[in-house]
Amino acid sequence: MSLPGASGTTTPAVETVETAGTGRIVSLLAPLVAVLAAFLVGGLVVAAIGESPLEFYSILFRGAFGSVDGVGLVLFNATPLIFAGLAVAFAFRSGLFNIGGEGQLYIGSFVCAWMALQMPAAPAVLLIPLLILASAAGGALWAAIPGYLKARFGVHEVINTIMMNFIAVALTSYLVVEIFKEPGQMTPQTAVIPMAGELPRLAGFFQTIGVPLPNANPLNASFLIALVAVWLAWFILQRTTLGYEIRAVGHNMSAAEYAGINVRRTLVMAMLLSGSFAGLVATNEVMGFRHRFLDNFSSGVGFMGIAVALLGRNSPVGVLFAALLFGVLNTGALEVDIFTEVPRELILVVQAVTIILVVVGNEIVRRRLARGRAMGCPSKEGAEAS
Amino acid sequence: MFELVVLDSALRMATPLILASLGGLFSERSGVVNIALEGILLTGAFASILATYYTGDPWVGVAAGIFAGILVSLIHAAVTVIFKADQIVSGVAINLLAAGATQFLTWITWGSSSNSPPVVGMAPWSLPEAWGPVARGINVVIGHYPPLVYVALVAVAAAHVVLWHTPFGLRLRATGEHPGAVDAIGVSVRKMRFAGILLSGALAGLGGAFLALNTHQFVKNMSAGRGYIALAAMIFGKWNPVGAALACLLFGYAEAVQMGLQGQQVPSQFVQMIPYVLTMVALVGVIGRTRPPAALGKPY
Repeated sequence: MSLPGASGTTTPAVETVETAGTGRIVSLLAPLVAVLAAFLVGGLVVAAIGESPLEFYSILFRGAFGSVDGVGLVLFNATPLIFAGLAVAFAFRSGLFNIGGEGQLYIGSFVCAWMALQMPAAPAVLLIPLLILASAAGGALWAAIPGYLKARFGVHEVINTIMMNFIAVALTSYLVVEIFKEPGQMTPQTAVIPMAGELPRLAGFFQTIGVPLPNANPLNASFLIALVAVWLAWFILQRTTLGYEIRAVGHNMSAAEYAGINVRRTLVMAMLLSGSFAGLVATNEVMGFRHRFLDNFSSGVGFMGIAVALLGRNSPVGVLFAALLFGVLNTGALEVDIFTEVPRELILVVQAVTIILVVVGNEIVRRRLARGRAMGCPSKEGAEAS
Repeated sequence: MFELVVLDSALRMATPLILASLGGLFSERSGVVNIALEGILLTGAFASILATYYTGDPWVGVAAGIFAGILVSLIHAAVTVIFKADQIVSGVAINLLAAGATQFLTWITWGSSSNSPPVVGMAPWSLPEAWGPVARGINVVIGHYPPLVYVALVAVAAAHVVLWHTPFGLRLRATGEHPGAVDAIGVSVRKMRFAGILLSGALAGLGGAFLALNTHQFVKNMSAGRGYIALAAMIFGKWNPVGAALACLLFGYAEAVQMGLQGQQVPSQFVQMIPYVLTMVALVGVIGRTRPPAALGKPY
């Protein structure tokens, strides 16, 4: 990976799922080992402050799996992470590192809330699809800028997406504080969107099929949209020409260009779609949960998306599972906060350690595999090292 | 807008940025992207308050800030140089780790989820009044700042000298441009990159110490994106110490103006955006070519 100005080939820094045979098993095992090791580190920290690690983890998992309500919360907490993870993973397949998910989800959420407030009389059948599109479009627009700057001027997307995160937070903050603030309220938030734009909660549905999900559980239809998004990301990448081009560019930009692929167009398209996934966080935040745009609402979901994509090895299905794992941790953290002396920030530490161990683990596996392949062909490793 | 109060505050705002961006410079000149500046600032801030709280001496706090910065950068160095893992991912993870760990430790140490109790800060430096009118004049013009403000300004000059007028600096820059060549003349790329990253940690840790000691306490997430602004300043300053420092002064000035603007006609959010927008504009090449070290981000 190279910074601004660099052109030509960029190799994805993280291996994708396309490793074959035993390599595939080993490379799937690496994240698992990393997660367990991170849990171990977390346990050591708990022990260091004089609490019982076993009790800590049993409370954590009881919070997540001990009740139907807990499981519902896991799915609810996983929903924005699925979108954010897909955004990072999708861009990564084209060789781009989109760390602008945070900014893109802010813009997507604001556009969603704004659009809903413009149409107070629209029926749900019209408004809901429109708002989903608006959320995606907001995120796509914000991601397209660094995508275009990369394709046109070769400016590295990492710096630009970081910059645009801050610009998005400041911009939406300005809009919601100065222009669209709910009249008569102190909180910097927009008015509530029309009922017709709200996504239904899933409690009612689950109760009719005999699952006692409490009415207060925030799990909503956005989770289903997230599942569709996982399928869509897979479908685009694996079953469409664009997806093929995106993967080709991600593998070898020069070769893709030589093969006649319009690399610039492909990069911009990859960023557009990546930003769309990030923007869809709005379906959970605005349409499903809060029903309005709140200033500064995201607690780093966009950045967590990087961890989720990394853990899911940049495959859409992997992202789903990684997001569920982080959903479990985030849900259990609340329980831990209430019932133990351990502050919930420890979960953040565990998540960060997971990321570090996963990148290190992936790298070790990649080198092992490269060495294995190079057995019959000694020049390969030399090429790898240079 | 150019009142002395604003300029005074701008210099204070710029100090942690200058220290962190010089840190970023040493790391990036050796070829390693350092997004972890944000986390290092935060950890340095926490460590400095922790040490000052227990010893009552802010200078011990400063040492602790530097030490913590080096420790955190050691993680970055191990992950990116030894394991050759992705430098950006490592930086992002370290920032998460720093945010989580400092809040965790704040809770463990002071039983608060948000901040530490107040500690003694650093007394400002100035020449004794008894030295006569010249000393008094100096005090009026450049006096009455906490020591680290002067340290930061001296560090800019020092960084320039080290990078461009010492063999170490030459080797460091060569490592960032063409590690293969450095390796070929028998200098260890690994050692040079470790040196660059650890210097980065020390400087950003020092910046964190100033940030916290200047406000006399640790507040959770008090780095508040300054590590990224420092990174932006370094790019805006075209990977040069003096350029980076000037950019930091500009961004510090923007921050000072923004604080003065709260509740005024011009929305403070727009002033807040200035560093980020300027950096994007600079990268497109509007203000002349910005060229990063050639081997930046590439493991060796």
